[in-house]
Amino acid sequence: MNFKFILKAISVALVSFSLTLISAVSFAATDVRIMWYGDGDKENVPIAAQIDEFNAANPDINVILDIVPYDAIMNTLPIQLAAGEGPDIARVTDLGGLNKYYADITPYVADPSYYEKSFGPFLNWYRKPGDTTSIHGFHSTMTVTGPYVNKTLFEQAGVDLLGPGATWEEWAAASIEVAEKTGTPIPMAWDRSGHRVSGPAISMGAKYFDSNGDPKLVDDGLKAMTQMLYDWHQAGTMSKDLWGSVSGSKYHAPNDWWNAAEVVFMMSGSWQIGRFANEVGDDFDWWAVPAPCGPAACTGMPGGNALLAFNANPAVGKVMDYLSSKEQLSSFIGQVLAIPGHLDLQVDYQTDDPNAKHALNTFAGAVPTIDQVAFDLQAHVDNRIMFNAIISRLGQAIVGEMTMEEAWERMDEDVEKQLKEKYGG
Amino acid sequence: MENIRNQIKNFFLRILNIPFAFLMHAIDLIMWPVQKIIGVKNMPYIFLLPNLIFFGLFVIIPLGANFFFSLSSGDELLFTERELPTTKQYDQLFDCESYLNPNTCTEDFFWRGVYNTIFFVVFQVGLMIFFSVLTAVILNKKIIGRGFFRSVFFFPVLLSPVVVGLIWQWILLKNGAFNAIIESYGGDKVSFLTDPSWAMASVIFVSIWAHMGFYTLIVLAGLQAIPPNLYEAAEMDGTSRERIFFRITLPLLMPNLLVVFILASIKGVQTFDEIYVLTGGGPGTSTSLIVQYIFTTGFASSGSVQNFGLAAAASMVLGVVLLFLTLMQLYFSRNKESKHQEI
Repeated sequence: MNFKFILKAISVALVSFSLTLISAVSFAATDVRIMWYGDGDKENVPIAAQIDEFNAANPDINVILDIVPYDAIMNTLPIQLAAGEGPDIARVTDLGGLNKYYADITPYVADPSYYEKSFGPFLNWYRKPGDTTSIHGFHSTMTVTGPYVNKTLFEQAGVDLLGPGATWEEWAAASIEVAEKTGTPIPMAWDRSGHRVSGPAISMGAKYFDSNGDPKLVDDGLKAMTQMLYDWHQAGTMSKDLWGSVSGSKYHAPNDWWNAAEVVFMMSGSWQIGRFANEVGDDFDWWAVPAPCGPAACTGMPGGNALLAFNANPAVGKVMDYLSSKEQLSSFIGQVLAIPGHLDLQVDYQTDDPNAKHALNTFAGAVPTIDQVAFDLQAHVDNRIMFNAIISRLGQAIVGEMTMEEAWERMDEDVEKQLKEKYGG
Repeated sequence: MENIRNQIKNFFLRILNIPFAFLMHAIDLIMWPVQKIIGVKNMPYIFLLPNLIFFGLFVIIPLGANFFFSLSSGDELLFTERELPTTKQYDQLFDCESYLNPNTCTEDFFWRGVYNTIFFVVFQVGLMIFFSVLTAVILNKKIIGRGFFRSVFFFPVLLSPVVVGLIWQWILLKNGAFNAIIESYGGDKVSFLTDPSWAMASVIFVSIWAHMGFYTLIVLAGLQAIPPNLYEAAEMDGTSRERIFFRITLPLLMPNLLVVFILASIKGVQTFDEIYVLTGGGPGTSTSLIVQYIFTTGFASSGSVQNFGLAAAASMVLGVVLLFLTLMQLYFSRNKESKHQEI
């Protein structure tokens, strides 16, 4: 009797355990992993709050937010994707470069037309050439490259800020004058990035593509701008300490010097607004100014970051719908002080900082003035190859490893070599 | 009382023994027939098998995969999607009009890395040996706080290369601690990390600081193995200190110095992390060594094509250099052993 009882008890226990296991598996929440880089807490805190809110409202989906450095998005993510180990969603800036890994979430979003209406022109930046219908995600924030000036230094030096239509040479001269009068060590500092160089290069007449639409990097426009950057470094208008502090195509921003008021004029972009508002505070007045002009245009580069899907399933679709909704995007953009990538979004920017408000207006006003070449370049899948060739070779020329003629020759060779490796031939 | 305690102890030991005995019997059940089949002589291979499996999985297979990648092309990671076989990557690496001028090479970054590595290894190893011997000689003397100083010199070896890089970046940056001191004495700031003429010297200095402790220890062991009666005899003969050093200490230290030379050379050729943190390989490519070229080409292209094939080919070339250095080390250490046996 005892033996039978034990046997029964074991059977009951086993059945209950199996049922528990089956039900646990059946009702387990679906994990959705997001790889996110943020520009510090100003971006990470709002997105984390949104994800928490989503998880609370959707117990069947468990969104995991992996906050990573920007380098991980640029260098680790492509390897993970190539190995088939990527996240479900990631926030990326190399929008076209990773397009072979994007998943089409059209069947899983509630209203595909919402994406077309709200993010229309940007969707093509993510699609493979020839594809006009897939939905891979949405633009988280739009960015425009452009310069900032330390307005306080201009006022102290008694030099007037230049208005729209001022050329790069005029801005450089004004910055040098301010630096000399105020004892500021660095008249001009630029982000070390080929993307940043490209807007001004287009202003100088760079076309980036041949008549067939294929990449053709070096022309007179690009030569003019890169020569100007080279000369500014040799003359001390730009400090070699910034671009010289890394090698190859590595990105580097002069924020530390800017925050310490050691820079008069900084070429960067709209994504810095929130950061400056937090980090500069009341130390000095900073203004965004219109993109300086060259003979061909007065343009910056468009850009931005997008949340893009690498797996397509209902949970991913739901997360995308939630994060791309007007309500969530408006709240996010309002907190991070960015330009929305959504075409029809009212944003209540949560700042009293007059510098930030002025900068937001300046950059938002710059969007219509962006040159078509800049849009085409941003939309091209291989634009990073061109950006990297510019910055790595220009960097070498600046520190004396090669002449500018050799650097231009190398830029074209680098692009050709990389495209051959990628597409064969 | 003692007897009872022993009995209890034995009882528990026997209980603890049961699982081990069970395990051993289970192993015996398998091993006995294996031994019957392959013979006692071959049994060591069976015991080596687990280690060989791990070695194969984590060393041999990756080495083979690397070789395979070096003979394939394309930007895909999966073997099945790559084009092969091709010597394109090796052709590209060695395509130069003049090997002495990297600007004439298709892969100029690789050749700059090669020349930077040679420069780095020659000066880093040379200076490292010099300072290691100097430090070891001082630490071998009866100085106050000898134990403390020995620890101090060894301490940097325990630090992670990233920590070393960050600490020295903080010290050597233009707005860093060292320049603050220079400025406080009325001097001009020096771009230790961003001026091409200073950057390589700075990374060599930092690398010596970080690794010298280990080599000092090897030299110190060599110094302590020199019989003291040789020094006593030399002193009795009135030999000068310099002569003692060059005629007794240095010749008897030579086997240790050879080990230091080869180990430091191998380590020098492989250097990457602390320099990457310190200068990022810049300014330009002035501190970019071969390993950084491999890393950047394969894994850190910032949106450009990740050329795994080219990175693999470069790492095969680096592997050949390291193999040569390792064989040198083996040759000299065997030579040393046989000389010891002769003595």
